[in-house]
Amino acid sequence: MSEKRIRVLVAKPGLDGHDRGAKVIAQALRDAGMEVVYTGLRQTPEQIVSAALQEDVNVVGMSILSGAHGTLFPEVVNLLREKGAGDILVVGGGIIPDEDIPALKAAGVAEVFGPGTPLANVVKYIQENA
Amino acid sequence: MYIKDELDKIAATKETWAAKLAATNQKRPEREAKFATDSGFEIDTVYTPNNQAEMDYGRDLGLPGEFPYTRGVQPNMYRGRLWTMRQYAGFGSAEETNQRFRYLLEQGQTGLSCAFDLPTQIGYDSDHPLARGEIGKVGVAIDSLADMETLFNEIPLGKVSTSMTINAPAGVLLAMYIACAEKQGFTKAQINGTIQNDVIKEYICRGTYILPPEPSMRLISNIFEYCSKEVPTWNTISISGYHIREAGSTAAQEIAFTLADGIAYVEAAIKAGLNVDDFAPRLSFFFNAHLNFLEEIAKFRAARRVWAKVMKERFGAKKAKSMSLRFHTQTAGVSLTAQQPMVNIMRTAYEALSAVLGGTQSLHTNSYDEALALPSNESVMIALRTQHIIGYEIGVCDVVDPLGGSYYIESLTTALEEKAMDYIAKIDALGGAVKAIEYMQKEIHNAAYQYQLAIDNKKKTVVGVNRFQMEEKPVEGLLKVDLSVGERQVAKLKKMKAERDQAKVAALLQAVKEAAQSDANLMPVFIDAVKEYVTLGEICGVLRDVFGEYKQQIVF
Repeated sequence: MSEKRIRVLVAKPGLDGHDRGAKVIAQALRDAGMEVVYTGLRQTPEQIVSAALQEDVNVVGMSILSGAHGTLFPEVVNLLREKGAGDILVVGGGIIPDEDIPALKAAGVAEVFGPGTPLANVVKYIQENA
Repeated sequence: MYIKDELDKIAATKETWAAKLAATNQKRPEREAKFATDSGFEIDTVYTPNNQAEMDYGRDLGLPGEFPYTRGVQPNMYRGRLWTMRQYAGFGSAEETNQRFRYLLEQGQTGLSCAFDLPTQIGYDSDHPLARGEIGKVGVAIDSLADMETLFNEIPLGKVSTSMTINAPAGVLLAMYIACAEKQGFTKAQINGTIQNDVIKEYICRGTYILPPEPSMRLISNIFEYCSKEVPTWNTISISGYHIREAGSTAAQEIAFTLADGIAYVEAAIKAGLNVDDFAPRLSFFFNAHLNFLEEIAKFRAARRVWAKVMKERFGAKKAKSMSLRFHTQTAGVSLTAQQPMVNIMRTAYEALSAVLGGTQSLHTNSYDEALALPSNESVMIALRTQHIIGYEIGVCDVVDPLGGSYYIESLTTALEEKAMDYIAKIDALGGAVKAIEYMQKEIHNAAYQYQLAIDNKKKTVVGVNRFQMEEKPVEGLLKVDLSVGERQVAKLKKMKAERDQAKVAALLQAVKEAAQSDANLMPVFIDAVKEYVTLGEICGVLRDVFGEYKQQIVF
């Protein structure tokens, strides 16, 4: 195993407190051998980007269940680009209607994982794309 | 409960029968090597009176409406009156939510349940920077009494009961409700309802905390004291296991952690000088109805029994109402799937039935589209009709506690009681619920992770997700919250703020500050302030200045 371990920031933007999914994903990524940092609740896009830079991560995974994804996911992508970190892979999950996904992808979110996604799919996607 | 000779006879018969079972299992093996409930209790093939050898009818069951209330809190239960059908609703502006409330009342709903948006739940006005993107999303935005007046326009607050899912700023929202009712011409003694007001579970798993535990517990005790004197029929807290379960706990953890939180509130109020029988009758609870049907029924029965014993034996409560656990139930949001969403109607129906067989006082049934978005008018109507079917068509409400005496249900009820008592002892040893927040978070997270692994490796079937999948078209007609809601709410708030008497507002906020810094009860100053349209964010801002904010420990 000479390959460098993938570093992931699991983040909760916005105000919703539902972190079951975020924590389960964080654990699954860690169990798959990645280094995972979880931000905790109520993170602003600025805080998430600053944590991503400080922790030197390859991936930012965000979870929102309040419906604020349309506002907050693109803000994180834009801020990362502004800071010269546009190469960080950004993925998201939560209660996100299918019809919102094209706009999120157009804004630079690489993939959106909806309810019912097996953990293995998320792990595989990150291993292949980070 | 049985004569010893009888039990010996049954045990002997079962031994002979066991040989027959073994032979059958040879030819026709059981589907699983081991069967277990969601809480991990191993399930035997069949149960007999021997499983109840230790049970004492009077001590453990009693009759409905009698200690320890295992069989229900009312002597006649649903033969008298059905549970309150209470659909949780709220989104967008106060005008839109008012329309939804009136629609639900016209459709035969019997009580209101109000969802607030996240800025409101965290004590921020809509013009706060952190409110961006969140205004009106998961509930209605309430900044001031003006919004509350719109929310309940043409709904007589002296005649409906309203449950408000509000925790950290519960005292302020209750103050607005009181002010609104008084403006409609009702007195404080005429209003009925519930505030959730359960901050410990916000720290554990729901996340809408504001202040650190100590001032939060003081605010809660202030509300208990104020309401016991001024708003006698208001339920001052809804101690909630719902979110603990949604976060991933087992059924046993759900009752244990909820009741441990309840114990912490009772202890805080007693420490603040209140008499247990003055406030305990207004404590209420809120549980989840999940998919493991029989274990859920046993869970509700076990919760009542544990609480009755705790209140009597630990706190020396004398009044029956202090010992009887009344609860609201909501079906399990996490059990809903985004795949084949119509199937969720069936899941919700079974969950709702378990709550009714478990003796709930009020019920919210989830709508089938909630894994995708907030529910539409159509899906909410089906959810409400599900309750109507259970209440009016299938006959389960004609007898009290129909599953009482089932060898299996009684065994499971006792097993859940014992497991819950073990957890409560562990939490006591850690110094009580507030000290055990991280312990509970770890337990919940571990259970959530195991649950997901069981789905991923197909040990647990989720129809449409890991079995019986099919190609699907995207669901149409999902509810969308109008993006302009946020802008309109902010504009309305700014206009209202500009029109107030600023000196008066400053004086009222100063009064809140002084009361917070003293030992005074905060409710009267909250009521004075909201009546003059001082906002939620302004009042919570003062509390933040005086007490500081809670910082979450990250546990996973």
